Amino acid sequence: MKRLVIMDAERCVGCQLCMFACSRRLGFAGLDKSALHVKSVGGFERGFTVVVCRACIDPPCLRACPVDALRARDGGGVILDLSKCIGCRFCERACDIGAVFWDDSMNKPVICVHCGYCVGYCNFRVLGVEGMISR
Amino acid sequence: MNQNNVLYVDLERKSFYVKNRSDLFNEWLGGVGVALQLYKEEAVKGSAPLSSGNVIVFAVGPLTALYPLASKVVAVFKSPLTGNYGESHAGGRSATAIRSAGYGAILIKGVSDRPIYLVISEKGVQFKDAATLWGMRSTFTAGRVLREASPGTGVRTIMRIGRAGEKLVRYACVVSETYRHFGRMGLGAVFGSKKLKALVIHGKSSMRMPKIKAYRDVYDEIYDLAVKSGSMKKYHELGTPMNILPINALGALPTRNLLEARFEGAENISGEDLAAKKLGRRVACSHCPVACIHLATIREPYPDEPYFYKTTFVSYDYELLYSLGSMLGISDINGLLKLMDEVEIGGLDAISTGVALAWATEAYKKGLIKLNDLVVDLDWGKADAYREAVKLIVDQPNEFYKALAMGVDHSSKIYGGRDFALSFGGNEMPGYHTGPASHIGYLIGSRHSHLDAAGYSIDQKMKGLSPEEMVDKLIEEEQWRQILSSLVICYFARGIYEPSIVKKALDVLGYEFDEERLKELGRCIYREKQALKASEGFRPSELRIPERIFEVPSFRGLIDKNYMKAALDHYSKIFNKIVATE
Repeated sequence: MKRLVIMDAERCVGCQLCMFACSRRLGFAGLDKSALHVKSVGGFERGFTVVVCRACIDPPCLRACPVDALRARDGGGVILDLSKCIGCRFCERACDIGAVFWDDSMNKPVICVHCGYCVGYCNFRVLGVEGMISR
Repeated sequence: MNQNNVLYVDLERKSFYVKNRSDLFNEWLGGVGVALQLYKEEAVKGSAPLSSGNVIVFAVGPLTALYPLASKVVAVFKSPLTGNYGESHAGGRSATAIRSAGYGAILIKGVSDRPIYLVISEKGVQFKDAATLWGMRSTFTAGRVLREASPGTGVRTIMRIGRAGEKLVRYACVVSETYRHFGRMGLGAVFGSKKLKALVIHGKSSMRMPKIKAYRDVYDEIYDLAVKSGSMKKYHELGTPMNILPINALGALPTRNLLEARFEGAENISGEDLAAKKLGRRVACSHCPVACIHLATIREPYPDEPYFYKTTFVSYDYELLYSLGSMLGISDINGLLKLMDEVEIGGLDAISTGVALAWATEAYKKGLIKLNDLVVDLDWGKADAYREAVKLIVDQPNEFYKALAMGVDHSSKIYGGRDFALSFGGNEMPGYHTGPASHIGYLIGSRHSHLDAAGYSIDQKMKGLSPEEMVDKLIEEEQWRQILSSLVICYFARGIYEPSIVKKALDVLGYEFDEERLKELGRCIYREKQALKASEGFRPSELRIPERIFEVPSFRGLIDKNYMKAALDHYSKIFNKIVATE
């Protein structure tokens, strides 16, 4: 299974095209369906923090889910079953790097599926896809 | 993400409401088209720019947050610099933030009784006390405080003014995301007059796209043009400063208040040199894969502490290198970058500031201004002295600096030196002495800017145009730019957003605009602007042409007065015809 990775966050220019791509993949224009996030470190001159799911082998978000809406993804990370999710936000809080995002309009988490669609729109090679046979 | 919603804010009553104005957005698309109408509806006609009757309208367009490079916001207001129609564009994250907060436009009216800033989101407006922020020396510090105090990190814009805006310098700017600006025409002073220190706008809404495949296809076409076609190459690599050497080679780079049009120090302030020696980081506006924002680094030792350094980032562009560089004879790059930084700290428009200081230097050398008034001994190339003068423009400690803070047109009325006061329609000159088209463009453009119609490009590309043909070309370009400004596209991407692409992008959204209808709308918005300017007192016959532009050969040689007169006569006829019919 492949995994979305940050190749070099120092190359990030903060254009957010990856975030737009992520929402667009789901049929939306905008940002609130995006499973990754780019923000300045504290002023644009200091560069950017790029937050993406690390595809944990033992994901804390999964363990925090009280209703089994998250199941382990082959190769790391989780798959969300929206029909089971009650919007409690435990998974969001459980993720130390803040990679569980929130869709306010649906009141559900947005979690990266590591499809790599965003990588095609990163003009600066900040993001990449790593093939994962086993970890 | 409803583009049709307009947020109306009243600073006096600290109240707001949201109204669906699909009537306006359907007819005028968005951006400048809609902002102009909102301005006409809400501004008190004939009121002074710094009075409560003036309004500020920010608007985005139907492509904002949907397509790459639709990354700008238009601001419309009455300009305290020209006393007439004011318009300024900026990027950063402002466009995405406004649309994602659920608005197509934000209209701000009235005057607050005390300094405030606004936090705007989908939920509406919070009116926050800005007493502590008011008077802070640096726009950087104000930005840092607001970053810490406000929600929406990553999906917000923080627009703020510096002390120049608070002190009503008529060419104060509004800074967005530290390095982007509503630079020209004094929006910062309008903020200051309203006691409005800053706007924080945040949001991250999205919208389901009805024709998702078609949307993705058009998106990819635009994206590919932006990153693969080479059309954005110059902005992508060296940025706008790559123009310094070619414009200088043409003999079109205004130098020392346009006493010359070639700068012997051009190499030192060129995009190439800056990239090699100073470029520290490149950043982008939201939804722009080009990243034209170039930040230079200055590393300075502290004199009182060994092995102790300060590293400062300074955003540089062609216009700053011209106005604060060649125009002031500064080729010492560290001195120039520090001067730019001071302009940023105070929150001034760099072009107007540089031109004002260039005029002041020449006027001083000619004995029109005394050292006592000037306080610092200005001389070409002396960056440190100019840096002190920038602080004095902000502080306005005496009558001279009070005048200089009003712009060169005003200052030269008091102190003389009209012939070399380089302003057009009240707005200080941009950095192109390419030939008649650039200057006619400054004179007849709606906002008296090189951005109205890019006359410098006509000077470089077209030969043998009659004055009438030249004016027609400029107007045709300005009319199409009304569409770009309504969508709202970054002008750097004008080569990508050709009418056919605009039509495709709009088709996906359900708009029925063929190319001719788009162009007709552009003509219509242009006419509306001219009529508005007329109603606020603008008369082409009163336009002043600084004698200096006739004295120094341009790229096209010495500019012919009769040619300029014929062009203005032709424009006057067009203007008068528009005014008679509108």
